[in-house]
Amino acid sequence: MYETIAFYLFSALTIVLFLITVMSKNVLYAMTALASGMVLISGFFFILGADFLGVVQLIVYVGAVMALYSFAMMFFDATRDIKEKNTPASLVFLLGGLSALVLVLMFAAPIHSEAVQALYPIHEGVGNAQDVGIVLFTKYLVPFEVAAVMLLVAMIAGIILAGKKMDQSLTSDMDVDAEDEILTQKDAK
Amino acid sequence: MEVVTYTNVETFVQHLPEVTAVGVWIKALIILAVISAIAGFGTFIERKVLAFMQRRLGPMHVGPYGLLQLIADGIKLFTKEDIVPQNANRLIFMVAPIITAATAFIALAAVPVFPDFTIPQWVPVLGGTFVPSIAADLNIGILFVLGMMAAGLYGPLLAGMAQANKWGIIGAARTAVQFLSYEVVTGLSILAPIMLVGSLSFVDFNNYQQGGIADWIIWKQPVAFILFLIAGFAETNRTPFDLLEHEAEVVSGYATEYSGMRWGMFFIGEYANMITISIIAAVVFLGGYSEEGIGWLTIILKVGFFFFLMLWIRAAWPHVRPDQLMWLCWKVLMPIAVINVVVTGIVMMV
Repeated sequence: MYETIAFYLFSALTIVLFLITVMSKNVLYAMTALASGMVLISGFFFILGADFLGVVQLIVYVGAVMALYSFAMMFFDATRDIKEKNTPASLVFLLGGLSALVLVLMFAAPIHSEAVQALYPIHEGVGNAQDVGIVLFTKYLVPFEVAAVMLLVAMIAGIILAGKKMDQSLTSDMDVDAEDEILTQKDAK
Repeated sequence: MEVVTYTNVETFVQHLPEVTAVGVWIKALIILAVISAIAGFGTFIERKVLAFMQRRLGPMHVGPYGLLQLIADGIKLFTKEDIVPQNANRLIFMVAPIITAATAFIALAAVPVFPDFTIPQWVPVLGGTFVPSIAADLNIGILFVLGMMAAGLYGPLLAGMAQANKWGIIGAARTAVQFLSYEVVTGLSILAPIMLVGSLSFVDFNNYQQGGIADWIIWKQPVAFILFLIAGFAETNRTPFDLLEHEAEVVSGYATEYSGMRWGMFFIGEYANMITISIIAAVVFLGGYSEEGIGWLTIILKVGFFFFLMLWIRAAWPHVRPDQLMWLCWKVLMPIAVINVVVTGIVMMV
């Protein structure tokens, strides 16, 4: 009873919030709706009894969207609407068609529900975290490691992109030559 | 109440009286009432302690020792005009303080606050209801609390971005910087104790340390304790790291345009977060509470000590700059935390 109410409440709120994320022209509304939608998704995990995944969803996406906010802060004026460029009609047609197809597939999936079964059901008396850990380090070890390597690559790329002139301070004891050099570099870009 | 004999650990939970929805509601109301009151009282204690350390008297005129200053402040906060500045994003501006206050109290739902008790039978309607010590006893309590407190930083962030004020924007940018810096240290520092105990539940942490002072995790994980405290100060934006509203640099940061009760909500949230961090530190590192005797008094003393420590440090240390905070978190604390986790792992395996 409570679960049903909670499910429909969370579903409606999530869909509305993500619609705002896509439709809104105000960057602040879009980002806030995205963040709250991500938080509400963790509610679904809690309803399903997957406490650990719910909290991980919460922690990961709160941090990730926070990083997104910092970019929004740098690129846009948060209190004004953004003038959007008109996207070509063919692209809208393609993307809309694809989303419609995915939706149809998703809603049609329960027809085949008897083929769906839990391969790794949760164990009684063992915590959620332990169950996730066991599956992650046995069956899904390779994807897990690949994801780790990918993150490492992204981190190194980020350091290299941002790391030029990192030994020089931008605020203090900068001599005129270094300043000129940075300026010419900016011009060159 | 029937006594259930239990044979193994899994059925241990059934030994306690059943937790009913009514009990949880009562608990939630108690937390809300008592913690808001303590948060209000905390501002008074903060002024008094700071005054003592700076050889002043602090508030003295309203009531005995200035105790009624609290009520005067409350009346002022409630009756002040609620101003929303021009050009501000009205909706987000008004929602932001609620996020801070609400997440602070949601985080408290998974933390053990006050002992459990049964309402006596002679009380009408509610007699015999068992009120648990944790409103929502999750298996992953620590992660939930840390996640909720992290979500609380959306309050300052949105407040700063919505108010169409340069100081506010700088405050919001500093919020993002601070959040991304300390969050890693919090997680990694508390990971080592979690590995020792093998659980994310506050109850398991408490039971792990029931053997007296020698069993406290602080003796096994002193590095993790210090790292967690430093990150906790950043999490509650207490003084060495209160970049978000550093008066000397950014006027009042994210709170520049706020007035009245909305401003007050930010501070109720901040003080509730201070209490939460104190409780986590006390339960995870300093032995927590014990069920029998004066166990609940000891945890109140521990929490009080951490609260006092925050005020003490505010009186003793100057602020750091944002770049110093980033340097500290990423180049000093995070490597130490990673080394601590690796060493803990090696020691546990060998």
